[in-house]
Amino acid sequence: MMAAVATLWEREVIRFVRQRSRLVGALVQPVVFWLLLGGGLSASFRPAGAGGVGYLQYFYPGVLALVLLFTAIFATISTVEDRRAGFLQGVLAAPVPRTAIVLGQALGGATLAVLQGLLFLALAPVAGVSLDPARIAAATGAMALLAFAMVNLGLFIAWRLESTQGFHAIMNLILIPLWLLSGAFFPADGAPTVLRWLMRADPLTYGMAALRRCLYLGDTAPAVGLPGLGVSLAVLGGFALVMLAGTAALARRTTA
Amino acid sequence: MARGRPSGDAARTAAETAPLSELGGATTEPHAGRTPAVEVVDVRRRFGAREALAGASFTVVQGELFGLLGPNGGGKSTLFRIIATLLRADGGTARILGHDVMAAPDEVRRRLGVVFQHPSVDGKLTVEENLRHHGRLYGLRGGRLGERIDGLLSRLGLADRRRELVERLSGGLRRRVELAKGLLPRPAVLLLDEPSTGLDPAARRDFLAELRALRDADGVTVLLTTHHMEEAERCDRVAILDRGRVVALGAPDALKAAVGGDVLVVETPTAEVLRDGVRARFGVAGTLVDGTLRLEHPRAHELVRELVEAFPGAVRTITYGKPTLEDVFVHATGHRFAAEAPA
Repeated sequence: MMAAVATLWEREVIRFVRQRSRLVGALVQPVVFWLLLGGGLSASFRPAGAGGVGYLQYFYPGVLALVLLFTAIFATISTVEDRRAGFLQGVLAAPVPRTAIVLGQALGGATLAVLQGLLFLALAPVAGVSLDPARIAAATGAMALLAFAMVNLGLFIAWRLESTQGFHAIMNLILIPLWLLSGAFFPADGAPTVLRWLMRADPLTYGMAALRRCLYLGDTAPAVGLPGLGVSLAVLGGFALVMLAGTAALARRTTA
Repeated sequence: MARGRPSGDAARTAAETAPLSELGGATTEPHAGRTPAVEVVDVRRRFGAREALAGASFTVVQGELFGLLGPNGGGKSTLFRIIATLLRADGGTARILGHDVMAAPDEVRRRLGVVFQHPSVDGKLTVEENLRHHGRLYGLRGGRLGERIDGLLSRLGLADRRRELVERLSGGLRRRVELAKGLLPRPAVLLLDEPSTGLDPAARRDFLAELRALRDADGVTVLLTTHHMEEAERCDRVAILDRGRVVALGAPDALKAAVGGDVLVVETPTAEVLRDGVRARFGVAGTLVDGTLRLEHPRAHELVRELVEAFPGAVRTITYGKPTLEDVFVHATGHRFAAEAPA
């Protein structure tokens, strides 16, 4: 079981390293997004509950989460396609527990997302976030858990699809709103009550909170009003495991 | 496609002829006492309103090179996916060496080597990396895995390509890597879906010769799907699948011998009139296929002359031939092989 997980993970990483142009492409979009939106709104937008930081800085962890989300979506799409016409056909026909297949793909996708995230993290000084080794280590851990949860969510949504044609619609309908409501774009404080409730129910809110707290490790001001780190990690981890179990169950049902 | 549909008459004629499915099997089952390598019993599968498999049954004996022949849309690939434990059947059972594909999928997976129609090799990995990853999924590791990979690569003529990215290989070499993947776990049964897709006729013959050599050397049972007649001709036995059913089953020669003589195809402007005339005069029941009249007769060459003399003007051209597997198909179904199954 672990050998299968390891080999699937290794394959994803090898592929990623050999397609460097792709990873640069996947990074440019969020950076542009961050500079244009963050820069454009920073003059007029001083949200309550943003911890007294400028909007470009407030938005930065949100874009970091977006980098993870884009990579997670990409990993999901390639998994679904690979299953019908690619390497995963042979994996599904092999005597490997379905849980191991889903776990291998999720760990692989999460690893790629974290590598992308680390590249984006290099822009932290531009955003006014000062990094030290402890913050980088903590943020890497938070990114890993958040990305793992996102890939599992994506796989759970997409696994029963025969093709990825419908996936983009689902993505716009589910994944992007989850990101928008996670506190990536605006803080819960000062938002209308209904939105606040939605944000509290959004699992990505806890991922966002964990990411902010780790990025500002030792400085609580930018994280004021957010769920605590322990709660965030527990909710995020629990959510990831539920999605993993759900996808594995789907995989068992759709094959033999 | 309308042109491929049998007319009502043709379908009736086909139904009245001797069931080919009972022929040819008895003489070619030397290991009838052993557990069958593959046993498919009344397998059914629907996709919405479309019935892809309508109760298909056949048995593959251990050590056989068995072909599943059928037109595109005939149900071959659905059956392949069910046997490979990648799709559930709605009804019926399939067993590999006695293990049920749905009740004990892991037992089945351990005994199967699978070669897919669509590439299952990773183009971004080298030949060797592809095999190494695949082997680990079957619990192979270390020196034992390395030895097997070495053995397969040299056997399949890939030894000097082992460090090349698969995406840089030619189509024929890629198919060899696919075959190497399928053989890596040393399966008892090798399952191949349209293995010669994308190969030219010469490469296709080589590939089948390779399979036959593997079967002879290792005793592996080979089950392949194909829509190429010449590929099916080279199998020990063939099941012909049409519209989700096995319409003929047996050794290619036995199937052809059962067609009922040589085959005449008469192009005529008045097919129905001619058919009725031939039946009244010579007692030969013909079939209408795509506006031509098709006759089977043990002394068909003599019938040519009599036909032309008896019905002057009704005959535009006559084609005479020994029966082929295509004739077996037409004989069993009443329509042409190239015809797509109704969607």
